[in-house]
Amino acid sequence: MSSDKSSQSGLVVKVSGPLVVAEKMSGAKMYDVVRVGTQNLLGEVISLAGERASIQVYEETGGIGPGDPVTQTREPLSVELGPGLIGSFYDGVQRPLDALQAEAGDFITRGIDVPALDRKKRWEFKPLRKAGDKVGPGDWLGEVEETVLVRHRVMVPPGVEGELVRIESGGFTIDETVAVVKTESGERELKMAQRWPVRRPRPHRRKLPPDEPLVTGQRIIDAFFPIARGGTACVPGPFGSGKTVIQHQFAKWSDAEIIVFVGCGERGNEMTDVLLEFPKLLDPKSGEPLMKRTVLVANTSNMPVAAREASVYTGITLAEYYRDMGYSVAIQADSTSRWAEAMREISGRLEEMPGEEGYPAYLASRVAEFYERAGRVVCLGTGPDGKEQEGALSVVGSVSPPGGDLNDPVVQATLRVVKVFWSLEDRLAFQRHFPAISWLNSYSLYSETLRAALVRLADEEFVSDAAEAMGLLEKEAELEEIVRLVGRDSLSAGDRLVLEVARSLREDFLHQNAFHEVDTYTSMKKQALMLDAILQFYRQARAALDRGRDIADIEQLAVRERIGRLKYLTEEEAEAGAARVREEIEQQLAGGEK
Amino acid sequence: MIREYQTVVSVAGPLVLVEGVSGVKYQELVRLSLPSGESRRGQVLEVEGDRALVQVFEGTSGIDVPETKVRFLARGIMVGLSPEMPGRVFDGLGRPRDGGPEIIPEREADIYGAPINPYAREYPDEFIQTGVSAIDGLNTMVRGQKLPLFSASGLPHNRLAAQVVRQAQVPGAESGFAVVFGAMGITYEEAEYFIRDFTESGALERTVLFLNLADEPAIERIATPRTALTCAEYLAFEQGLHVLVVLTDMTNYCEALREISAARKEIPGRRGFPGYLYTDLSSLYERCGRIKGKPGSITMMPVLTMPEDDKTHPIPDLTGYITEGQIILSRAMHRRGIAPPIDVLPSLSRLKDKGIGEGKTRADHADLFNQLYACYARGKEAEELEVILGSAALSEMDRRYLRFAHDFEKRYIAQGEQENRSVTETLDLGWELLAIFPRSELKRVRDAWLDKYHKERGQGGEGE
Ligand SMILES: Nc1ncnc2c1ncn2[C@@H]1O[C@H](COP(=O)(O)OP(=O)(O)O)[C@@H](O)[C@H]1O
Ligand SMILES: [Mg+2]
Repeated sequence: MSSDKSSQSGLVVKVSGPLVVAEKMSGAKMYDVVRVGTQNLLGEVISLAGERASIQVYEETGGIGPGDPVTQTREPLSVELGPGLIGSFYDGVQRPLDALQAEAGDFITRGIDVPALDRKKRWEFKPLRKAGDKVGPGDWLGEVEETVLVRHRVMVPPGVEGELVRIESGGFTIDETVAVVKTESGERELKMAQRWPVRRPRPHRRKLPPDEPLVTGQRIIDAFFPIARGGTACVPGPFGSGKTVIQHQFAKWSDAEIIVFVGCGERGNEMTDVLLEFPKLLDPKSGEPLMKRTVLVANTSNMPVAAREASVYTGITLAEYYRDMGYSVAIQADSTSRWAEAMREISGRLEEMPGEEGYPAYLASRVAEFYERAGRVVCLGTGPDGKEQEGALSVVGSVSPPGGDLNDPVVQATLRVVKVFWSLEDRLAFQRHFPAISWLNSYSLYSETLRAALVRLADEEFVSDAAEAMGLLEKEAELEEIVRLVGRDSLSAGDRLVLEVARSLREDFLHQNAFHEVDTYTSMKKQALMLDAILQFYRQARAALDRGRDIADIEQLAVRERIGRLKYLTEEEAEAGAARVREEIEQQLAGGEK
Repeated sequence: MIREYQTVVSVAGPLVLVEGVSGVKYQELVRLSLPSGESRRGQVLEVEGDRALVQVFEGTSGIDVPETKVRFLARGIMVGLSPEMPGRVFDGLGRPRDGGPEIIPEREADIYGAPINPYAREYPDEFIQTGVSAIDGLNTMVRGQKLPLFSASGLPHNRLAAQVVRQAQVPGAESGFAVVFGAMGITYEEAEYFIRDFTESGALERTVLFLNLADEPAIERIATPRTALTCAEYLAFEQGLHVLVVLTDMTNYCEALREISAARKEIPGRRGFPGYLYTDLSSLYERCGRIKGKPGSITMMPVLTMPEDDKTHPIPDLTGYITEGQIILSRAMHRRGIAPPIDVLPSLSRLKDKGIGEGKTRADHADLFNQLYACYARGKEAEELEVILGSAALSEMDRRYLRFAHDFEKRYIAQGEQENRSVTETLDLGWELLAIFPRSELKRVRDAWLDKYHKERGQGGEGE
């Protein structure tokens, strides 16, 4: 950050929590970064009136008072982008938490400046272009192997265009020049790292309709409420209903190539959990540790509230940067409610006119702008051969409404923009039916567009099986109503079969234990086998009923338990296991008039 | 630089506005000298130009405009720390109230502390045996966890908290422990109950008490948990002790916060509580935990009473969003004589998953608790159905579930105040209760554990 001595010094006139007001701030612009007090606390201008600026400070403001200096940096809040991001653990304003600990100890103290990326590390830069080539914004200049899973494409920064005068090859640090471009306004030296203001979306050429699923290995999601690559989803629910576990499962098992996990205003231990677990867990596709494709951003609830507000922007900017390299990126924001509350807290201190529940009137537009940064896109720049590249950025946000009430303004603002709604129910969580996603209230607006791709990934029947299964679950809800009114005796044998099969769907398919070593992830193929087994049972039992078999007898068949254990079979055992179950269904339901 | 002013311009509720000041800093400690000669402590809440807004911990009665003197002390609110603190009783700001001598501080620390760097945390995974089945078996607590009791007025939360303090141990671990007890606005009688219980169990000499009782200044309650936690951090991370912090009653703390917010005329959030209640509570609860490379730990059991028994009230709601689970007490169960009346379905320990299993409790623990939950939930559903339609409407299996739920409450949950069960006893009891079901009903348990522990007894046994 520039510490231009000529930049005038402003003066603090007011301190109220994370909000500081300063005077003599001529030339300051909205969202400029400033340094507050003699400890140089990081802050950002969030409102301006003449030479008076309101500043949200990203560090604790105890000890700051009127008369303290404010220094302008004349740069908007930005992140540093370059090799070394993967595997990092940042706070909400991209300070590496490991380096902070090395510098200042176990507790976060103030006024510490640590660069986001390692300045000494040498990366092996492999050029993808040669001198004389014409290059433009976003074009890939070269590559470094950032981790075994990520080839980091070094790109021409937005705004730079011209002819490559020189391009290097070999080991460089991120501060060294790897290429020189002759632009209209003279020669520009390009390095491997660039900066980008977090509140501005990174540009792309155009958006494409999402048509591939992001496979998560979570059965209720993949089979019933899928999310598309480049799509958006939200998980609202009361505390303890399983939002964070779903987000973690997503970060662990979804088949995105890059994961950015933002812990926004939530628990410290949950981030530590990810930090300790991801280096040990192996990606089912590549067999490499998950950490090698992951960036973590953590601004926990006890860390400064203004930096919490910034953390989701920091996270999504990092995610967009990898999207620009042609990757399928997924970001998890847990929880967007804490971001909205941080907005509300600052807005309250600014004495802005409050909207619903005290949230600022711009809440809905901020939420919409955030999710709009998702998408499947044609990247801004081209690959080595001048070909267009495709990238995707999928966004999943948790929402934590007070008392779990979905009328909450953050939930409502989110539902207006996202395409998938995983609705968590505490009643299910109380029974420890996890994931506690309500199969009756949730929806995915991608189901239709993803149909073809799902058939390809699983099998022909999968999509129609899923539809049939959902029909049975809906029927179950109706029948339960009747049972509550007039009792079980009034049900026909066919209805009782529906109840039995719906229970099997819930317990044997929808219920999925994230902490069970096998059950935690299920491939599309295995999902199809499991669903097929349950529906086979249903169809054959129906036929048996028609032939006069007693329902009470069917309700006792041993194969029911076998179906229930399919989920614990490993991917390798599943095929054979399912075949055996099918045989047993045949045997136990064959003939049998009595 | 110590500055003294006699320029109070207004007093409103717990707040005093002082004018004509200079060099005042946010959160600075303030000493007010009243005309009576009495001295009070306060803290700068906001400073604008030459005006400082001060919250007074001991209340503003007796403070006047012309004569009260205000000194700004150029530092935050500090508490003196020393290894001699266990066994002593302090007020909410850390001054001795047991008639004993002042402690000689090894050092002083700002009660606001600083956030633990999440990178420095160690994930809590050491099983604490509380001897209470509904906790150990179903909502297991680990060292470094913050696990609150959600209660309501008239329920025996104090008894349960005292039982946990008395019985908590980490099997096989021999290391120093301490209790830090922070009381906000509880009655003299309640405080006495704890002190007596700690004395009888011998825990008192390892306990540091910070007391702010019901008839003492409400605003001091803003400082009490912070003072207590600053002491806990010192004992845990500098003295290497395993510290259990009990904070009661957090509802009184939140009400003090609301009082300040109202006096500042801030835009109120739900039920009049300020919009920053979540952030404020986090700054307390998140001080709990473990730190890499440090032998000690802070485990926290805050107690709160839910206004109108309502779990969605902002105090329990926001607490549940921050803490690592919650143990909920139920009035209905209390009425039915179940002690402790722990409503296990909505109770939760978020850290149990890595704190149980082989080498910690027992390998079958995870499957077992999942199964107990599933069966109990189904039994409660059957119970509801029975209430509406009579038991004739239940299937034979439903009746077994109903029976199970009943036995489960009577034997597993209602263990009473004096029984201290080992985790093995708790686990075995779980299997004994599951014996009522055929194997095919126990889908949450893998075959190996069914083979080893499940012996179907069916409906027989004790008979109806
Ligand atoms: N898929 C799952 N499998 C097993 N347990 C789960 C699952 N989802 C949630 N849980 C349990 O529920 C608890 C609360 O989940 P969490 O995601 O932390 O809730 P939230 O973020 O909504 O407050 C977890 O600690 C875990 O014990
Ligand atoms: Mg969560």
